[in-house]
Amino acid sequence: MQNVKIVITGPFAAGKTEFIRSISEIDVVSTERRISDNSRVVKEETTVAMDFGRITIDQDLVLYLFGTPGQKRFDFMWEILSEGMLGFVLMVDSTKSETFREARQILDVFKKYAGVPFVVAANKQDLPDAWSPEDLRIALRINSDVKVLPCVARDKESVKHVLLELLYTILETLEEGVS
Amino acid sequence: MALKGNLRDFSVTQLLNLINLARKTGVLTIESDGTTARMYFREGRLLHASIAGQDDQLTAILQKAGKITPEQAQIIRTRSQVHTDKELGLLLINAGYLSQDDILSSVKQHVLDVVYYLFPFAEGRFHFEPDQLPPADRITVSLDLESIIMEGSRRIKEWERLHEELPDLDVALKFAERPRTPLRHINLNVDEWRVISFINGRNTIRQIAQHNGMGEFQIRKIVYGLLAAGLVELVEPAEQKRRAEAVPAGGPAQPAKPPVKRNVIMRIIDRIRRI
Repeated sequence: MQNVKIVITGPFAAGKTEFIRSISEIDVVSTERRISDNSRVVKEETTVAMDFGRITIDQDLVLYLFGTPGQKRFDFMWEILSEGMLGFVLMVDSTKSETFREARQILDVFKKYAGVPFVVAANKQDLPDAWSPEDLRIALRINSDVKVLPCVARDKESVKHVLLELLYTILETLEEGVS
Repeated sequence: MALKGNLRDFSVTQLLNLINLARKTGVLTIESDGTTARMYFREGRLLHASIAGQDDQLTAILQKAGKITPEQAQIIRTRSQVHTDKELGLLLINAGYLSQDDILSSVKQHVLDVVYYLFPFAEGRFHFEPDQLPPADRITVSLDLESIIMEGSRRIKEWERLHEELPDLDVALKFAERPRTPLRHINLNVDEWRVISFINGRNTIRQIAQHNGMGEFQIRKIVYGLLAAGLVELVEPAEQKRRAEAVPAGGPAQPAKPPVKRNVIMRIIDRIRRI
């Protein structure tokens, strides 16, 4: 049995847990805890170690989705989670410009851990104050060759689209390596 | 889609950069500490700017620019039969009192004064409303934002903000592949040119500072301005490694190959499509 993994990262309350929940075939093994600091006004619980979702591909292959903890004090987990990943999704709450700087910092860290392919998911595009993916690209200084995708993390089709785009990018990287 | 946020998280420099790169049309409103300012843009170019409560009628602008005296301004205000800035401008030109250039340069300076006044604002709400243009009676200009961003970046005084925007000095710089404005159209000072002359995709920001005898604050300020104006870009870590190892150039740097075979990815794609 081969196991492969994709990591879902991003700032606190970006929608990482919801993203994994929308597509995982098992109940997400979530290590959420009630929040004990000021972040509580944003959400009641947060992921302290990781979320863990699974998609069985076939008899010999399983894809795991790992969500990183969003709060900075748990960033020691990021490097461990990123080891051996196929690629990663940077989730950003498109309605919260106050998290963009942190998203950029997380992206810089993950790019240093492993130069694997990634896409940016501009989450909460169903909300009226959402910044468009094009504006997010500029705000986060994302290069033009990286996909910035509209996303609604609680919508399975939207999550599928983001994962598929990441997989297409991974595929392109493999094919470029061959040629 | 309206853009909303706080200047604490997204600075005036970054907002102008966004408007410039996305070639936005609309009005940016900034509310900070009792001041409400509006800047109007068309396709990423600055048309007009004003601060609520300040007299920004053409008469006041011309007086501030020294094109008319306070007495002449008073006469225009009390006796003029015209009602809009455009009508007044035409009247003054046709009467031979002022040239078109006198009027446009005064309006341009007024607009720039407003924008540069706003640059240091570090707190306050902002809101961009697309597709809104200045009131039809106003005389507008059309200014490139790159030079304005460069000048605004020179005025940044906070170390913390620069450090957040540019945390790592050990990355290399390269020229933007498609800058909107050629360097020759931008007013760079001597120190900025000295930095530019060392940009080659391999020299790190720290090395460039050392070559030029510049401190961290100074180099951050200059590089931040060049980045914000879209003239240069940071070299990605993978590309930096490739350049440092002097592998023959052949297109952009590629990310590391994932540790699986193509067939594995195809199976995952097929499965996710069927979910």
